[in-house]
Amino acid sequence: MDVSVPENVMVTKLDSLASWCRKNSLWPMPFATACCGIELMATGASKHDVARFGAEVFRFSPRQCDLMIVAGRVVMKMLPVLQRIWLQMPEPKWCISMGACASTGGVFDTYSVVQGIDRFIPVDMYVPGCPPRPEQLIQAIIDLQDKIQREGTLMGKEFQTEARQRPKRALLDIVTPQSAPRPEPLPIIPNVGV
Amino acid sequence: MASGLLEPPASAIDQEYRWTLNFGPQHPATHTTLRILLQIEGERVLDARPDIGYLHSGFEKIGEHLNYNQYVTVTDRMNYISPLANNIAWHSAVENLLGIDVPLRCKYIRTILAELARISDHLLCNGACALDTGAFTAFLYAFNQREELYQIFETLCGARFTTSYTRVGGLMYDATPKFIEQVRQFVKNFPKVHADVCRLLNRNRIFVERTKGIGVLTKAEAISRCATGPVARASGVTRDLRKDSPYLAYGDFDFNVICSTDGDCFHRYLVRMDEMLESLRIIEQALENLPPGPVNVPMADRAILPDKSRVYNTIEGLITHFEVVMTNRGFQSPRDECYTAIEAPNGELGFYIVSDGSETAYRARCRPPSFIHFAMFSHLMKGHQVSDIVAVLGSLNVIAAELDR
Amino acid sequence: MDANALKQALQQRFGELAWQYSESRRGERRLVIPAGQLLSYLEFLRSDCGFDALLDITCVDYLHYRGAKDRFGLVYLLGTSTSGERLVLRCYLNEPNLKIASAVPLWEGANWLEREVFDMFGIAFEGHPDLRRVLLPEEFAGFPLRKDYPLRGRGERHNFERISRNQS
Ligand code: SF4
Repeated sequence: MDVSVPENVMVTKLDSLASWCRKNSLWPMPFATACCGIELMATGASKHDVARFGAEVFRFSPRQCDLMIVAGRVVMKMLPVLQRIWLQMPEPKWCISMGACASTGGVFDTYSVVQGIDRFIPVDMYVPGCPPRPEQLIQAIIDLQDKIQREGTLMGKEFQTEARQRPKRALLDIVTPQSAPRPEPLPIIPNVGV
Repeated sequence: MASGLLEPPASAIDQEYRWTLNFGPQHPATHTTLRILLQIEGERVLDARPDIGYLHSGFEKIGEHLNYNQYVTVTDRMNYISPLANNIAWHSAVENLLGIDVPLRCKYIRTILAELARISDHLLCNGACALDTGAFTAFLYAFNQREELYQIFETLCGARFTTSYTRVGGLMYDATPKFIEQVRQFVKNFPKVHADVCRLLNRNRIFVERTKGIGVLTKAEAISRCATGPVARASGVTRDLRKDSPYLAYGDFDFNVICSTDGDCFHRYLVRMDEMLESLRIIEQALENLPPGPVNVPMADRAILPDKSRVYNTIEGLITHFEVVMTNRGFQSPRDECYTAIEAPNGELGFYIVSDGSETAYRARCRPPSFIHFAMFSHLMKGHQVSDIVAVLGSLNVIAAELDR
Repeated sequence: MDANALKQALQQRFGELAWQYSESRRGERRLVIPAGQLLSYLEFLRSDCGFDALLDITCVDYLHYRGAKDRFGLVYLLGTSTSGERLVLRCYLNEPNLKIASAVPLWEGANWLEREVFDMFGIAFEGHPDLRRVLLPEEFAGFPLRKDYPLRGRGERHNFERISRNQS
């Protein structure tokens, strides 16, 4: 059957449309604890201007945000605060772990620094560097946008998948014996852009 | 949470109009991670109890496990607003312990860097203080200049603020002509921006009213509460290590110590503003008189890696390189303890190093000015309004990474 | 105050045997005093010898230090508010008697410095108005800067609940 569509009408899936809306208006919650926070500020400032990617609305209230950027080391005393703020953010939400410290503990392999926040909260993107340059953070945001577009669904089904529930690799080394099988990487879902 | 922080109410009537307000640890106006428990009555602060340690990452413990050259990377992360000052403080302390006297050129370059760090620190402090009290423009001006400084540091050592630039007995590299050119340019442009910021703030009614007479620290209190640096100088303590016991090349230059007697937030701001101009004078003089010659101590000291052409072409160079990179073969440190301090932007930044003869410190204690200044916060806040918290916090320049280490 | 005058003043006040004065080869002045008399020394140095600024209080654990006789060395850095003069005051403490008088009556600024030493080394300051942990969580057990405490801790840093994607 032949259907003719007027020029400015296109057909897409609702999931793609929702993801497309979400990815272009990420509102970051800057969880800036240490030096990386300075680069986070620089990313928001005029020279690097993260507004070009629709992620400039830094809000300090977790209730208004959907992207948590953890910039800097998280220590024992801070971790419960971090978890609480994460729990306060409404769905759908994502998390970027910015810098070596937030991702792995970085140079601070000491008694008080948490060796990677992904042991305690789910993380979607890791940004290496100490500190990462603003360009790197912007790249992470772009990658996250791709990811949202790729697997996002209207009802947030992608968060329910089994792969997302598994603890991260870093945690497994601690909790289970070394010989336990590593988790498989996330399946790559073909790009279904708008 | 912390059980000892809140005392039981005195009596029900006393409590009627009292609130307990939690401020931080994730709050935009704290800039860093600290928490304050406020007892307020209406808008008036009856008691402010700081609760810190939200960024305690064991710096001093790491200092006992990294050798004297490696630990400099960790000092970057201490006061990340002016990392070069920390680098210089650490290696001054190590060199003092080892009895190394660095060459004159190295001293001059370090002096220039320390002063650039001071400018960058004061810019951020004053800019953020202005931002919190409602003057956004000044903050942007200040931040723009800081971006220039970052570029200078990037030319110098390849990183924007994790510089790690000093080494035991020298520097990572010699300063390049491009760096000197950039600093010249900065020295030329900065007074105009400085004047702009002054014009924006000095007689800005809102800013002045929100900072004048707020958080007053008298001279006697400043001494009894161990204040140093701009905080003490704004209260009339004239102590400045650059003058009192000249280290690096400060003895060669002509500059003034800025003091005030009022000791409130506004005068802390003014002292910082004027110190930047003095820093500029020092930089200018140092640039004009920058001596030629090596930046590192001679190879025979076995303290620093010799440059690569020496390593490949001479046997002494190769041996020295080998000895320095081998553990327990490099420099010998005496079994001794010493305290060395420099006048960092925030106050006296000192390291107390205990050495047991190896090339790793047995104990590396840092005297953190932020920690000592923040301890008087609750004293400064008594009787003020809630909105004054940000002014006082801003003028004390508390950097959490240095506060908690 | 120059070294000789200082020594004389100390001799007059405390006698000959109690204290040891030394100077490092860089000219740093040190004074080793008995721990029990700390407060009177501090008071004397502050009021009579002009060391009116307390720069730092810290502690060193000499557990693995070759040839050390005492376990803990407490270090008080004194200075003046007008010049760059400095004096390093030291006294030693041994287990189980880890107690010393607090310097808060003399300098308000000693408050947090002593709390930090308490937090990191477990040394109790008697007469301190508010001796609690300052940097570490209240429920933390152990004193991390002691030499018998491992750098990576005893697992405290991983002792938290994990939040999975479903729970949040
Ligand atoms: S990754 Fe580096 S720059 Fe970032 S918080 Fe850690 S130490 Fe600081």
